[in-house]
Amino acid sequence: MSKKVIVLGEAREGALRNVSFEAIAAAKKISGGGEVVGVLLGDAVQSLAEEMIHYGADRVITVEHPHLKLYTSDGFSQAFMAVFEKEQPEAVVFGHTALGKDLSPKIASKLASGLISDVTTIEGEGDDAVFIRPIFSGKAFEKVKNKEGLLFITVRPNNIAPLSHDASRTGDVAAVSVDVTNLRTIISEVIRKSTDGVDLSEAKVVVAGGRGVKSAEGFEPLQELANLLGGAIGASRGACDADYCDYSLQIGQTGKVVTPDLYIAAGISGAIQHMAGMSNSKVIVAINKDSEANIFKVADYGIVGDLFDVIPMMIEEIKKIKTN
Amino acid sequence: MNIYVLVKRTFDTEEKITITNGKIAEDGAEFIINPYDEYAIEEAIQVRDANDGEVTVITIGGEDAEKQLRTALAMGADKAVLINTEDDLDEMDEFTSAKIIAEYLKDKEADLILAGNVAIDGGSGQVGPRVAELLGINYVTTITNLEIDGTSVKIIRDVEGDSETIETSLPLLVTAQQGLNEPRYPSLPGIMKAKKKPLEELELDDLDLEEDDVEAKTETIEIYLPPQKAAGRVLEGDIPDQVKELVNLLKTEAKVI
Repeated sequence: MSKKVIVLGEAREGALRNVSFEAIAAAKKISGGGEVVGVLLGDAVQSLAEEMIHYGADRVITVEHPHLKLYTSDGFSQAFMAVFEKEQPEAVVFGHTALGKDLSPKIASKLASGLISDVTTIEGEGDDAVFIRPIFSGKAFEKVKNKEGLLFITVRPNNIAPLSHDASRTGDVAAVSVDVTNLRTIISEVIRKSTDGVDLSEAKVVVAGGRGVKSAEGFEPLQELANLLGGAIGASRGACDADYCDYSLQIGQTGKVVTPDLYIAAGISGAIQHMAGMSNSKVIVAINKDSEANIFKVADYGIVGDLFDVIPMMIEEIKKIKTN
Repeated sequence: MNIYVLVKRTFDTEEKITITNGKIAEDGAEFIINPYDEYAIEEAIQVRDANDGEVTVITIGGEDAEKQLRTALAMGADKAVLINTEDDLDEMDEFTSAKIIAEYLKDKEADLILAGNVAIDGGSGQVGPRVAELLGINYVTTITNLEIDGTSVKIIRDVEGDSETIETSLPLLVTAQQGLNEPRYPSLPGIMKAKKKPLEELELDDLDLEEDDVEAKTETIEIYLPPQKAAGRVLEGDIPDQVKELVNLLKTEAKVI
Protein backbone atom coordinates (compact mmCIF):
# COMPACT_ATOMS: atom_id res chain seq x y z
CA MET A 1 0.00 0.00 0.00
CA SER A 2 1.33 3.43 -0.82
CA LYS A 3 1.70 5.83 2.06
CA LYS A 4 1.48 9.52 2.71
CA VAL A 5 4.74 10.52 4.38
CA ILE A 6 5.59 13.87 5.92
CA VAL A 7 9.15 15.12 6.23
CA LEU A 8 10.26 17.88 8.55
CA GLY A 9 12.74 20.13 6.75
CA GLU A 10 15.38 21.82 8.85
CA ALA A 11 17.09 25.12 8.11
CA ARG A 12 20.42 26.33 9.42
CA GLU A 13 21.57 29.88 8.81
CA GLY A 14 18.86 30.46 6.25
CA ALA A 15 19.41 27.35 4.12
CA LEU A 16 18.03 23.84 4.27
CA ARG A 17 20.40 21.26 5.72
CA ASN A 18 21.49 18.33 3.53
CA VAL A 19 19.87 15.91 5.95
CA SER A 20 16.48 17.34 4.93
CA PHE A 21 17.08 16.24 1.33
CA GLU A 22 18.25 12.84 2.57
CA ALA A 23 15.05 12.62 4.65
CA ILE A 24 12.99 13.31 1.51
CA ALA A 25 14.76 10.42 -0.26
CA ALA A 26 13.98 8.18 2.74
CA ALA A 27 10.34 9.33 2.69
CA LYS A 28 10.08 8.56 -1.01
CA LYS A 29 11.19 4.97 -0.36
CA ILE A 30 8.78 4.53 2.54
CA SER A 31 5.91 6.04 0.56
CA GLY A 32 6.04 3.21 -1.98
CA GLY A 33 4.71 5.50 -4.68
CA GLY A 34 2.53 7.52 -2.33
CA GLU A 35 2.86 11.19 -1.48
CA VAL A 36 5.76 13.01 0.19
CA VAL A 37 4.78 16.21 1.96
CA GLY A 38 7.50 18.57 3.22
CA VAL A 39 6.91 20.60 6.38
CA LEU A 40 8.82 23.76 7.26
CA LEU A 41 8.48 25.49 10.62
CA GLY A 42 10.10 28.83 11.45
CA ASP A 43 9.70 32.59 11.38
CA ALA A 44 10.62 32.94 7.68
CA VAL A 45 10.75 29.63 5.82
CA GLN A 46 8.46 30.22 2.84
CA SER A 47 11.41 30.79 0.50
CA LEU A 48 12.87 27.35 1.30
CA ALA A 49 9.79 25.41 0.22
CA GLU A 50 10.69 25.18 -3.48
CA GLU A 51 14.03 23.60 -2.66
CA MET A 52 12.23 20.71 -0.91
CA ILE A 53 10.16 20.17 -4.03
CA HIS A 54 13.26 20.27 -6.25
CA TYR A 55 14.66 17.46 -4.11
CA GLY A 56 11.58 15.27 -4.43
CA ALA A 57 8.80 16.49 -2.11
CA ASP A 58 5.41 16.53 -3.86
CA ARG A 59 4.19 19.55 -1.94
CA VAL A 60 5.14 21.61 1.08
CA ILE A 61 3.32 23.03 4.08
CA THR A 62 4.82 25.95 5.94
CA VAL A 63 4.01 27.31 9.38
CA GLU A 64 5.46 30.74 10.12
CA HIS A 65 5.26 32.36 13.54
CA PRO A 66 7.61 34.67 15.48
CA HIS A 67 7.75 32.05 18.27
CA LEU A 68 9.22 29.56 15.83
CA LYS A 69 12.32 31.67 15.12
CA LEU A 70 14.33 29.56 17.54
CA TYR A 71 13.59 25.91 18.14
CA THR A 72 11.75 24.97 21.33
CA SER A 73 10.10 21.59 21.83
CA ASP A 74 6.84 23.28 22.87
CA GLY A 75 6.69 25.67 19.90
CA PHE A 76 7.70 23.16 17.25
CA SER A 77 5.48 20.39 18.59
CA GLN A 78 2.41 22.67 18.54
CA ALA A 79 3.12 23.68 14.94
CA PHE A 80 4.01 20.15 13.84
CA MET A 81 0.94 18.60 15.47
CA ALA A 82 -1.34 21.09 13.72
CA VAL A 83 0.07 19.97 10.38
CA PHE A 84 -0.04 16.32 11.42
CA GLU A 85 -3.71 16.48 12.34
CA LYS A 86 -4.57 18.20 9.11
CA GLU A 87 -2.63 15.76 6.93
CA GLN A 88 -3.09 12.47 8.83
CA PRO A 89 0.01 10.84 7.31
CA GLU A 90 0.95 7.17 7.66
CA ALA A 91 4.63 7.91 8.24
CA VAL A 92 6.90 10.70 9.47
CA VAL A 93 10.60 11.31 8.76
CA PHE A 94 12.89 13.69 10.68
CA GLY A 95 16.66 14.18 10.50
CA HIS A 96 18.61 12.68 13.39
CA THR A 97 19.95 16.11 14.32
CA ALA A 98 19.89 18.03 17.61
CA LEU A 99 16.42 19.25 16.66
CA GLY A 100 15.17 15.88 15.40
CA LYS A 101 16.51 14.04 18.45
CA ASP A 102 14.84 16.51 20.80
CA LEU A 103 11.48 16.77 19.05
CA SER A 104 10.81 13.28 17.64
CA PRO A 105 10.38 11.40 20.96
CA LYS A 106 7.91 14.02 22.17
CA ILE A 107 5.79 13.74 19.02
CA ALA A 108 6.04 9.92 18.96
CA SER A 109 4.95 9.82 22.58
CA LYS A 110 2.03 12.20 21.94
CA LEU A 111 0.89 9.89 19.14
CA ALA A 112 1.52 6.73 21.23
CA SER A 113 3.68 5.46 18.40
CA GLY A 114 7.04 3.80 17.95
CA LEU A 115 10.08 5.67 16.73
CA ILE A 116 13.02 4.13 14.89
CA SER A 117 15.88 6.57 15.51
CA ASP A 118 19.17 7.10 13.75
CA VAL A 119 18.40 5.07 10.63
CA THR A 120 21.35 4.67 8.23
CA THR A 121 19.85 2.36 5.58
CA ILE A 122 16.35 1.51 4.39
CA GLU A 123 15.76 -1.88 2.78
CA GLY A 124 12.62 -2.52 0.77
CA GLU A 125 9.85 -0.05 0.01
CA GLY A 126 6.40 0.91 1.20
CA ASP A 127 4.94 -1.60 3.65
CA ASP A 128 7.96 -3.89 3.29
CA ALA A 129 10.46 -1.25 4.40
CA VAL A 130 12.84 -2.32 7.16
CA PHE A 131 15.32 -0.02 8.82
CA ILE A 132 18.96 -0.53 9.68
CA ARG A 133 20.48 1.44 12.53
CA PRO A 134 23.78 1.25 14.38
CA ILE A 135 23.76 0.05 17.98
CA PHE A 136 26.64 0.02 20.48
CA SER A 137 27.91 3.12 18.65
CA GLY A 138 28.40 1.26 15.40
CA LYS A 139 29.99 -1.87 16.89
CA ALA A 140 26.86 -3.68 15.68
CA PHE A 141 23.74 -3.03 13.60
CA GLU A 142 20.11 -3.91 14.07
CA LYS A 143 17.38 -4.33 11.51
CA VAL A 144 14.08 -2.98 12.82
CA LYS A 145 10.53 -2.88 11.54
CA ASN A 146 7.46 -1.06 12.68
CA LYS A 147 4.87 -3.48 14.05
CA GLU A 148 1.75 -1.48 13.32
CA GLY A 149 0.33 2.00 13.21
CA LEU A 150 2.20 5.18 12.45
CA LEU A 151 5.76 4.67 11.20
CA PHE A 152 8.16 7.26 12.54
CA ILE A 153 11.89 7.42 11.80
CA THR A 154 14.85 9.78 12.12
CA VAL A 155 17.66 9.45 9.56
CA ARG A 156 21.33 9.91 10.35
CA PRO A 157 22.98 12.64 8.27
CA ASN A 158 25.33 11.55 5.46
CA ASN A 159 24.01 8.02 4.97
CA ILE A 160 20.97 8.00 2.68
CA ALA A 161 21.71 9.53 -0.70
CA PRO A 162 19.45 12.46 -1.61
CA LEU A 163 17.53 12.35 -4.89
CA SER A 164 19.01 14.46 -7.63
CA HIS A 165 18.06 18.12 -7.65
CA ASP A 166 15.50 18.91 -10.33
CA ALA A 167 14.73 22.61 -10.64
CA SER A 168 11.87 21.90 -13.05
CA ARG A 169 9.82 20.03 -10.42
CA THR A 170 6.82 21.96 -9.18
CA GLY A 171 4.37 21.43 -6.37
CA ASP A 172 1.87 23.18 -4.16
CA VAL A 173 3.16 25.31 -1.27
CA ALA A 174 0.55 26.07 1.37
CA ALA A 175 0.88 28.13 4.52
CA VAL A 176 -0.95 26.97 7.63
CA SER A 177 -1.47 29.39 10.47
CA VAL A 178 -0.99 28.06 13.99
CA ASP A 179 -1.22 30.00 17.22
CA VAL A 180 1.96 29.07 19.06
CA THR A 181 1.47 29.76 22.76
CA ASN A 182 2.59 28.82 26.26
CA LEU A 183 6.22 28.15 25.60
CA ARG A 184 7.72 26.79 28.80
CA THR A 185 11.29 27.59 27.78
CA ILE A 186 12.89 30.88 26.79
CA ILE A 187 16.14 30.84 24.86
CA SER A 188 18.02 33.88 26.11
CA GLU A 189 21.30 33.39 24.28
CA VAL A 190 22.84 31.31 21.50
CA ILE A 191 26.62 31.08 21.25
CA ARG A 192 27.96 29.70 18.00
CA LYS A 193 31.10 27.80 18.88
CA SER A 194 31.53 25.99 15.59
CA THR A 195 34.38 27.85 13.91
CA ASP A 196 33.10 27.49 10.37
CA GLY A 197 29.82 26.65 8.69
CA VAL A 198 30.47 22.90 8.41
CA ASP A 199 28.60 20.82 10.95
CA LEU A 200 30.66 17.91 12.25
CA SER A 201 27.87 15.33 11.98
CA GLU A 202 27.05 16.34 8.37
CA ALA A 203 30.61 16.93 7.16
CA LYS A 204 31.83 14.95 4.14
CA VAL A 205 35.39 15.29 5.42
CA VAL A 206 36.49 15.15 9.06
CA VAL A 207 40.03 15.92 10.20
CA ALA A 208 40.39 14.67 13.76
CA GLY A 209 43.21 15.18 16.22
CA GLY A 210 44.23 13.23 19.29
CA ARG A 211 46.75 13.59 22.06
CA GLY A 212 49.46 13.71 19.40
CA VAL A 213 48.27 17.22 18.52
CA LYS A 214 49.89 18.28 21.82
CA SER A 215 48.18 21.67 22.31
CA ALA A 216 45.27 23.86 21.27
CA GLU A 217 47.58 25.56 18.75
CA GLY A 218 48.43 22.12 17.38
CA PHE A 219 44.92 21.97 15.91
CA GLU A 220 45.69 24.89 13.57
CA PRO A 221 47.19 22.85 10.71
CA LEU A 222 44.30 20.37 11.08
CA GLN A 223 41.83 23.23 10.79
CA GLU A 224 43.62 24.51 7.70
CA LEU A 225 43.42 21.06 6.08
CA ALA A 226 39.73 20.78 7.02
CA ASN A 227 38.99 24.20 5.55
CA LEU A 228 40.81 23.28 2.35
CA LEU A 229 38.69 20.13 1.98
CA GLY A 230 35.44 21.79 3.04
CA GLY A 231 35.39 19.62 6.13
CA ALA A 232 35.09 19.89 9.88
CA ILE A 233 37.45 19.37 12.82
CA GLY A 234 36.95 16.53 15.29
CA ALA A 235 38.90 15.17 18.23
CA SER A 236 39.48 12.12 20.37
CA ARG A 237 38.52 12.08 24.01
CA GLY A 238 42.20 12.32 24.90
CA ALA A 239 42.52 15.65 23.13
CA CYS A 240 39.34 16.97 24.83
CA ASP A 241 40.40 15.76 28.28
CA ALA A 242 43.75 17.47 27.80
CA ASP A 243 41.85 20.70 27.05
CA TYR A 244 43.23 21.06 23.52
CA CYS A 245 39.69 21.56 22.25
CA ASP A 246 36.02 21.70 23.24
CA TYR A 247 34.07 18.54 24.12
CA SER A 248 31.63 19.42 21.36
CA LEU A 249 34.28 18.13 18.95
CA GLN A 250 34.65 14.75 20.61
CA ILE A 251 34.10 11.73 18.38
CA GLY A 252 33.54 8.34 19.95
CA GLN A 253 31.28 6.15 22.01
CA THR A 254 30.61 9.11 24.26
CA GLY A 255 30.59 12.07 21.91
CA LYS A 256 29.58 12.23 18.30
CA VAL A 257 29.35 9.36 15.85
CA VAL A 258 30.35 10.42 12.36
CA THR A 259 30.28 8.74 8.97
CA PRO A 260 32.01 11.10 6.54
CA ASP A 261 33.35 10.12 3.11
CA LEU A 262 36.87 10.84 4.36
CA TYR A 263 38.10 10.64 7.95
CA ILE A 264 41.67 11.76 8.64
CA ALA A 265 42.90 10.69 12.10
CA ALA A 266 46.00 12.63 13.12
CA GLY A 267 47.86 11.68 16.28
CA ILE A 268 45.00 9.41 17.38
CA SER A 269 45.99 6.01 18.74
CA GLY A 270 42.58 4.44 18.16
CA ALA A 271 41.05 3.42 21.48
CA ILE A 272 38.03 1.16 21.00
CA GLN A 273 35.78 3.97 22.27
CA HIS A 274 37.08 6.34 19.59
CA MET A 275 36.78 3.75 16.83
CA ALA A 276 33.12 3.26 17.73
CA GLY A 277 32.54 6.86 16.67
CA MET A 278 34.25 6.77 13.28
CA SER A 279 34.89 3.24 12.05
CA ASN A 280 31.95 3.35 9.63
CA SER A 281 33.47 6.28 7.74
CA LYS A 282 33.85 5.47 4.06
CA VAL A 283 37.60 6.12 3.76
CA ILE A 284 39.92 6.39 6.76
CA VAL A 285 43.42 7.86 6.74
CA ALA A 286 45.65 7.42 9.79
CA ILE A 287 48.71 9.50 10.57
CA ASN A 288 50.61 8.42 13.66
CA LYS A 289 54.20 8.21 14.84
CA ASP A 290 53.56 4.80 16.42
CA SER A 291 53.40 2.11 13.74
CA GLU A 292 51.72 -0.21 16.26
CA ALA A 293 48.80 2.20 16.90
CA ASN A 294 45.38 0.54 16.72
CA ILE A 295 44.09 3.16 14.32
CA PHE A 296 46.09 1.54 11.48
CA LYS A 297 43.86 -1.54 11.80
CA VAL A 298 40.81 0.33 10.53
CA ALA A 299 42.64 2.76 8.23
CA ASP A 300 42.45 2.38 4.46
CA TYR A 301 45.67 4.35 4.13
CA GLY A 302 48.26 4.93 6.79
CA ILE A 303 51.36 7.06 7.13
CA VAL A 304 53.74 6.36 9.99
CA GLY A 305 55.11 9.79 10.75
CA ASP A 306 54.81 13.03 12.66
CA LEU A 307 51.52 14.77 11.93
CA PHE A 308 53.28 18.14 12.08
CA ASP A 309 55.39 17.05 9.08
CA VAL A 310 52.65 15.21 7.24
CA ILE A 311 49.68 17.58 7.52
CA PRO A 312 51.46 20.68 6.12
CA MET A 313 52.75 18.58 3.23
CA MET A 314 49.24 17.28 2.57
CA ILE A 315 47.97 20.85 2.50
CA GLU A 316 50.60 21.77 -0.10
CA GLU A 317 49.90 18.68 -2.23
CA ILE A 318 46.16 19.20 -2.17
CA LYS A 319 46.57 22.87 -3.05
CA LYS A 320 48.66 21.77 -6.04
CA ILE A 321 46.04 19.38 -7.39
CA LYS A 322 43.28 21.92 -6.71
CA THR A 323 45.01 24.58 -8.80
CA ASN A 324 45.70 22.15 -11.66
CA MET B 1 13.49 18.77 46.44
CA ASN B 2 12.21 15.53 45.01
CA ILE B 3 14.77 14.32 42.46
CA TYR B 4 14.68 11.21 40.27
CA VAL B 5 17.40 9.85 38.00
CA LEU B 6 16.74 7.40 35.14
CA VAL B 7 19.61 4.95 34.89
CA LYS B 8 20.47 2.18 32.44
CA ARG B 9 22.87 -0.72 32.83
CA THR B 10 25.03 -0.95 29.72
CA PHE B 11 28.06 -2.79 28.36
CA ASP B 12 31.40 -1.34 29.40
CA THR B 13 32.73 0.91 26.63
CA GLU B 14 35.83 -1.33 26.43
CA GLU B 15 33.80 -4.41 25.52
CA LYS B 16 34.04 -5.99 22.10
CA ILE B 17 30.62 -6.96 20.78
CA THR B 18 29.97 -10.52 19.67
CA ILE B 19 26.75 -12.19 18.57
CA THR B 20 25.51 -15.62 19.63
CA ASN B 21 22.20 -17.05 18.38
CA GLY B 22 21.19 -13.72 16.89
CA LYS B 23 21.68 -11.82 20.13
CA ILE B 24 24.47 -9.70 21.58
CA ALA B 25 26.45 -12.13 23.77
CA GLU B 26 26.53 -10.99 27.39
CA ASP B 27 28.61 -13.84 28.83
CA GLY B 28 31.64 -12.56 30.64
CA ALA B 29 31.00 -8.96 29.61
CA GLU B 30 31.55 -6.14 32.08
CA PHE B 31 28.58 -3.91 32.74
CA ILE B 32 28.55 -0.29 33.88
CA ILE B 33 26.15 2.55 34.47
CA ASN B 34 25.58 4.17 31.07
CA PRO B 35 28.27 6.92 31.05
CA TYR B 36 25.77 9.72 30.33
CA ASP B 37 23.62 8.56 33.24
CA GLU B 38 26.63 8.97 35.54
CA TYR B 39 26.58 12.70 34.76
CA ALA B 40 22.87 12.72 35.62
CA ILE B 41 23.48 10.99 38.96
CA GLU B 42 26.34 13.37 39.85
CA GLU B 43 24.23 16.41 38.98
CA ALA B 44 21.30 15.09 41.02
CA ILE B 45 23.54 14.67 44.06
CA GLN B 46 24.91 18.20 43.68
CA VAL B 47 21.43 19.68 43.31
CA ARG B 48 20.24 17.81 46.40
CA ASP B 49 23.24 18.94 48.44
CA ALA B 50 22.54 22.56 47.50
CA ASN B 51 18.76 22.46 47.94
CA ASP B 52 18.00 19.59 50.33
CA GLY B 53 15.70 16.79 49.29
CA GLU B 54 16.17 13.26 48.12
CA VAL B 55 17.64 11.51 45.09
CA THR B 56 15.98 8.30 43.85
CA VAL B 57 17.58 6.31 41.03
CA ILE B 58 15.32 4.16 38.85
CA THR B 59 16.13 1.46 36.37
CA ILE B 60 14.27 -1.14 34.35
CA GLY B 61 15.87 -4.52 33.94
CA GLY B 62 16.61 -7.80 35.65
CA GLU B 63 18.23 -8.72 38.97
CA ASP B 64 21.64 -7.97 37.47
CA ALA B 65 20.86 -4.25 37.35
CA GLU B 66 20.94 -4.14 41.16
CA LYS B 67 24.71 -3.79 40.96
CA GLN B 68 24.49 -0.51 39.01
CA LEU B 69 21.82 0.79 41.40
CA ARG B 70 24.11 0.03 44.36
CA THR B 71 26.89 1.94 42.62
CA ALA B 72 24.57 4.95 42.26
CA LEU B 73 23.67 4.66 45.95
CA ALA B 74 27.38 4.48 46.80
CA MET B 75 27.94 7.69 44.81
CA GLY B 76 25.38 9.34 47.07
CA ALA B 77 21.84 8.69 45.84
CA ASP B 78 19.39 8.08 48.69
CA LYS B 79 17.05 5.42 47.32
CA ALA B 80 16.84 3.05 44.39
CA VAL B 81 14.01 1.42 42.48
CA LEU B 82 14.38 -1.61 40.23
CA ILE B 83 11.44 -2.23 37.96
CA ASN B 84 12.00 -5.87 37.17
CA THR B 85 10.53 -6.89 33.82
CA GLU B 86 12.55 -10.09 33.41
CA ASP B 87 9.57 -12.42 33.86
CA ASP B 88 6.96 -10.28 32.11
CA LEU B 89 8.49 -8.90 28.94
CA ASP B 90 10.52 -10.48 26.16
CA GLU B 91 10.49 -7.54 23.80
CA MET B 92 10.81 -3.93 24.82
CA ASP B 93 11.34 -0.73 22.92
CA GLU B 94 11.53 2.93 23.92
CA PHE B 95 7.73 3.17 24.03
CA THR B 96 7.71 0.31 26.55
CA SER B 97 10.41 1.78 28.81
CA ALA B 98 8.94 5.27 28.83
CA LYS B 99 5.45 4.00 29.59
CA ILE B 100 6.68 1.94 32.56
CA ILE B 101 8.81 4.75 34.00
CA ALA B 102 6.07 7.35 33.56
CA GLU B 103 3.56 5.04 35.24
CA TYR B 104 5.91 4.73 38.22
CA LEU B 105 6.54 8.50 38.38
CA LYS B 106 3.01 9.75 37.76
CA ASP B 107 2.08 10.23 41.43
CA LYS B 108 5.58 10.94 42.78
CA GLU B 109 5.44 14.73 42.30
CA ALA B 110 9.01 14.87 41.03
CA ASP B 111 10.51 18.36 40.92
CA LEU B 112 13.45 17.35 38.81
CA ILE B 113 14.09 14.24 36.71
CA LEU B 114 17.52 13.64 35.21
CA ALA B 115 18.64 11.11 32.62
CA GLY B 116 21.54 10.58 30.25
CA ASN B 117 20.95 12.09 26.82
CA VAL B 118 21.54 8.74 25.16
CA ALA B 119 22.46 5.19 26.18
CA ILE B 120 25.59 3.89 24.50
CA ASP B 121 23.97 0.53 23.69
CA GLY B 122 20.62 1.17 21.97
CA GLY B 123 21.58 4.75 21.19
CA SER B 124 18.09 6.09 20.53
CA GLY B 125 17.96 8.89 23.14
CA GLN B 126 14.18 8.70 23.29
CA VAL B 127 13.20 7.65 26.78
CA GLY B 128 13.84 10.95 28.62
CA PRO B 129 11.71 13.19 26.38
CA ARG B 130 9.04 10.48 26.10
CA VAL B 131 8.74 10.26 29.89
CA ALA B 132 8.46 14.07 30.19
CA GLU B 133 5.72 14.11 27.56
CA LEU B 134 3.79 11.33 29.31
CA LEU B 135 4.05 13.20 32.62
CA GLY B 136 3.08 16.47 30.95
CA ILE B 137 6.21 18.25 32.13
CA ASN B 138 8.79 20.26 30.22
CA TYR B 139 12.19 18.89 29.21
CA VAL B 140 15.56 20.14 28.00
CA THR B 141 18.04 17.74 26.36
CA THR B 142 21.86 17.60 26.18
CA ILE B 143 22.51 20.04 29.00
CA THR B 144 26.02 21.09 30.04
CA ASN B 145 25.10 23.41 32.93
CA LEU B 146 22.22 23.59 35.40
CA GLU B 147 21.42 26.34 37.90
CA ILE B 148 18.34 26.14 40.10
CA ASP B 149 17.00 29.05 42.13
CA GLY B 150 13.68 28.25 43.82
CA THR B 151 11.61 26.98 40.92
CA SER B 152 13.53 29.01 38.32
CA VAL B 153 16.00 27.08 36.21
CA LYS B 154 18.79 28.36 34.02
CA ILE B 155 20.36 25.84 31.67
CA ILE B 156 23.10 25.78 29.09
CA ARG B 157 22.58 23.09 26.46
CA ASP B 158 24.81 21.79 23.71
CA VAL B 159 23.31 22.01 20.24
CA GLU B 160 25.71 20.27 17.86
CA GLY B 161 28.61 22.24 19.25
CA ASP B 162 26.80 25.56 19.71
CA SER B 163 25.49 26.45 23.13
CA GLU B 164 22.07 27.77 24.06
CA THR B 165 21.17 29.46 27.32
CA ILE B 166 17.66 28.52 28.39
CA GLU B 167 15.37 29.82 31.10
CA THR B 168 12.61 27.57 32.35
CA SER B 169 11.10 26.30 35.58
CA LEU B 170 10.45 23.20 37.68
CA PRO B 171 9.06 20.58 37.37
CA LEU B 172 11.46 19.63 34.64
CA LEU B 173 13.22 16.69 33.00
CA VAL B 174 16.76 17.21 31.73
CA THR B 175 19.15 14.91 29.86
CA ALA B 176 22.87 15.14 30.54
CA GLN B 177 25.56 15.81 27.97
CA GLN B 178 29.25 15.25 28.47
CA GLY B 179 30.81 18.27 30.18
CA LEU B 180 27.95 18.72 32.67
CA ASN B 181 30.19 17.70 35.58
CA GLU B 182 32.87 15.25 36.64
CA PRO B 183 31.10 12.19 38.12
CA ARG B 184 32.59 11.13 41.46
CA TYR B 185 33.84 7.65 42.20
CA PRO B 186 32.04 5.88 45.05
CA SER B 187 34.04 6.20 48.26
CA LEU B 188 34.62 3.22 50.57
CA PRO B 189 32.28 4.63 53.26
CA GLY B 190 29.83 5.35 50.43
CA ILE B 191 29.96 1.72 49.34
CA MET B 192 29.40 0.54 52.94
CA LYS B 193 26.45 2.91 53.39
CA ALA B 194 24.93 1.91 50.04
CA LYS B 195 24.40 -1.64 51.29
CA LYS B 196 21.91 -0.35 53.85
CA LYS B 197 20.08 2.15 51.65
CA PRO B 198 16.58 1.18 50.47
CA LEU B 199 16.34 -0.62 47.14
CA GLU B 200 12.75 -1.30 46.17
CA GLU B 201 11.91 -3.93 43.58
CA LEU B 202 8.69 -3.69 41.58
CA GLU B 203 7.05 -5.65 38.79
CA LEU B 204 4.53 -4.58 36.17
CA ASP B 205 1.72 -5.84 38.42
CA ASP B 206 2.75 -3.40 41.14
CA LEU B 207 2.32 -0.55 38.67
CA ASP B 208 -1.11 -1.73 37.53
CA LEU B 209 0.26 -2.30 34.06
CA GLU B 210 -0.69 -5.18 31.79
CA GLU B 211 1.77 -6.55 29.26
CA ASP B 212 -0.50 -5.28 26.47
CA ASP B 213 -0.27 -1.70 27.77
CA VAL B 214 3.45 -1.64 27.20
CA GLU B 215 3.74 -3.83 24.11
CA ALA B 216 6.61 -2.65 21.92
CA LYS B 217 5.66 -0.70 18.79
CA THR B 218 8.79 -1.70 16.92
CA GLU B 219 10.53 -5.02 16.50
CA THR B 220 14.18 -5.91 16.03
CA ILE B 221 14.31 -8.62 13.38
CA GLU B 222 18.06 -9.06 13.09
CA ILE B 223 21.29 -8.03 14.80
CA TYR B 224 24.60 -8.29 12.97
CA LEU B 225 28.18 -7.09 13.11
CA PRO B 226 29.57 -4.64 10.58
CA PRO B 227 31.58 -6.31 7.81
CA GLN B 228 35.23 -6.73 8.77
CA LYS B 229 37.30 -4.11 7.08
CA ALA B 230 40.18 -5.50 5.04
CA ALA B 231 43.52 -4.39 6.43
CA GLY B 232 44.48 -1.06 4.96
CA ARG B 233 47.67 -0.02 3.33
CA VAL B 234 50.47 1.56 5.33
CA LEU B 235 52.49 3.60 2.84
CA GLU B 236 56.25 3.34 2.61
CA GLY B 237 59.18 5.47 1.57
CA ASP B 238 60.21 9.03 2.45
CA ILE B 239 57.49 11.08 4.11
CA PRO B 240 57.19 13.57 1.19
CA ASP B 241 56.74 10.65 -1.23
CA GLN B 242 54.20 9.01 1.06
CA VAL B 243 52.21 12.23 1.21
CA LYS B 244 52.26 12.57 -2.59
CA GLU B 245 51.11 8.96 -2.93
CA LEU B 246 48.40 9.44 -0.31
CA VAL B 247 46.93 12.53 -1.93
CA ASN B 248 47.05 10.78 -5.29
CA LEU B 249 45.29 7.70 -3.87
CA LEU B 250 42.61 9.83 -2.23
CA LYS B 251 41.97 11.53 -5.54
CA THR B 252 42.19 8.67 -8.03
CA GLU B 253 41.48 5.47 -6.07
CA ALA B 254 39.23 6.51 -3.18
CA LYS B 255 37.85 9.53 -5.08
CA VAL B 256 37.13 11.47 -1.91
CA ILE B 257 38.99 14.71 -2.66
